[in-house]
Amino acid sequence: MNSEALTSPQTIIAALYVFVLAAFLGYQVISRVPPLLHTPLMSATNAISGISLVGSIVIAGSGHGTVATVLGFIAVVCSATNVVGGFVITDRMLRMFKRKEAPKK
Amino acid sequence: MHWQTYFIEFSYLLASILFILGLKGLSHPETAKRGMHLAEFGMMMAIIGTLMHFEIVSYTWIIVGLLLGSTLGAAMGVWVPMTAMPQRTALSHAFGAFAAALVGIAEYYAYTHGFKPLVELGHLKMSAMGFEIMLGSLTTTGSLIAFGKLQGIVPGKPLVYRGQNIFNMLLLATTIGLFIYLIFVPTAVIPFYLMLTFAFVFGVLLVLPIGSADMPVVMSLLNSYAGLASAATGFVLSNNVLIIAGTLDGFSGFILSILMCRAMNRSMTNVLFGAFGSAATVAGVEGQQGEMREVGLEDVAVQLAYANQVVFVPGYGMATAQAQHVVRELGDTLEKRGVTVKYGIHPVAGRMPGHMNVLLAEANVPYSSLYELEQINPEFPTTDVVVVIGANDVVNPDARDNPNSPIAGMPILEVDHAKSVVVLKRGQGKGFSGLENPLFFKANTGMLYGDAKDSLTKLVGAVQHA
Repeated sequence: MNSEALTSPQTIIAALYVFVLAAFLGYQVISRVPPLLHTPLMSATNAISGISLVGSIVIAGSGHGTVATVLGFIAVVCSATNVVGGFVITDRMLRMFKRKEAPKK
Repeated sequence: MHWQTYFIEFSYLLASILFILGLKGLSHPETAKRGMHLAEFGMMMAIIGTLMHFEIVSYTWIIVGLLLGSTLGAAMGVWVPMTAMPQRTALSHAFGAFAAALVGIAEYYAYTHGFKPLVELGHLKMSAMGFEIMLGSLTTTGSLIAFGKLQGIVPGKPLVYRGQNIFNMLLLATTIGLFIYLIFVPTAVIPFYLMLTFAFVFGVLLVLPIGSADMPVVMSLLNSYAGLASAATGFVLSNNVLIIAGTLDGFSGFILSILMCRAMNRSMTNVLFGAFGSAATVAGVEGQQGEMREVGLEDVAVQLAYANQVVFVPGYGMATAQAQHVVRELGDTLEKRGVTVKYGIHPVAGRMPGHMNVLLAEANVPYSSLYELEQINPEFPTTDVVVVIGANDVVNPDARDNPNSPIAGMPILEVDHAKSVVVLKRGQGKGFSGLENPLFFKANTGMLYGDAKDSLTKLVGAVQHA
């Protein structure tokens, strides 16, 4: 993650490869999720995309002036909320999905 | 490269793999929990890796932010009731998108205020940043409006005015125009902040005209935008794990919105710009003939008690009445008498994809009793009683029979094929879309008015004595 990376076309092309391949993979993986689990899927992907926390952390800590630090700080709070909240809620939901218990009769 | 850089990159690679495995686990309820644990572990590794980043000079605000965010998130995660899941999800879309937008703004600020060398702010970097900020800001405000509508702070009815679409289009065009200008002149500070402001305003205007019944599509779409904003952040920071996670989120939302649109037989454009459910679109379908037949509690109880198969069809009304637990109780009582009980779930029932499944799972209904549209429709002709709980449009036969209906072509749960239908409804009013429902006037349909939870509780007692 060196900051001058994007000025070179090679890097952005590599990034585009990652993007396109991730898109194909995402399509394959996510089309297999049954409608039953669509709500947990939404909160799980939400938690996962809270990975922008990684970017926010660097900005909050790199000392690029008060404005950037404050913006970074708010971004850290928002994404950390999403990461923790998202995973906790997904776990809570998934624990509720139960198979039918053995027939009682 | 420093050893830290290797460590960081490795932790990101590991996180990417674990995220993908985590989502793969969601293909079945049995594997889903383990999958999520993998993803959680991946996230933790990525965060630990990031803390080693060489650009970081002070940890104070990072730690305060992490603590505050984790506390907020944990509190939300533990205490938000399942019925409020759509609101919570809308709010988290807003948070995620806002974080992406803020990262973009902070980066731009660092470049234009001399904290980072301005020459590095090239055309390519500015393009990625522009996407990040536009998507991030419009998703933030859009999701907040969606939250407001779901929470009942903002009226759920579509807010429309003359020339709305033209105005929105102009605003969007101006925003994109500014974005293109910025790609060529990245240092133009005023256009940058104008673009930011316009994107925030556009988000509000985009969601205001969309009715509550279309929320599943809007939620999925905002999910997609929030993910793509994160992916764009990855482009700005040349960070692959951000690109991968953001893209997975973006595509998940995209796939869901296509599924939701298909489940309503509408195009995305129609959902976004159609202002569905406003008075204008439903004119001309008034004047339904016939009368609704009201049925008594005892009658329904007897019907249910002596049926072979009963299918429950829940809708948003079940969520508002918090009736999912009583539904399960009634189901259990019936099963004890030897009645086969199934639950038919329409893809757009409720306010977000999978909303009804989660509520019923919360009430301990085993997932093997929950049936999708295609699975349950062939069963209706052999079903004795269908109980419709607070659902309306998803069981409206007009969608199938009347080509002039605004919902024509929408796949429905064909409950009118069942021998008998009982509709639990609060009053005689129309549903959210404002459409008449011919189902309510059919000879084999009985209306049971009153609060769904209340009626169901009484039914449980009545069935036990039948």
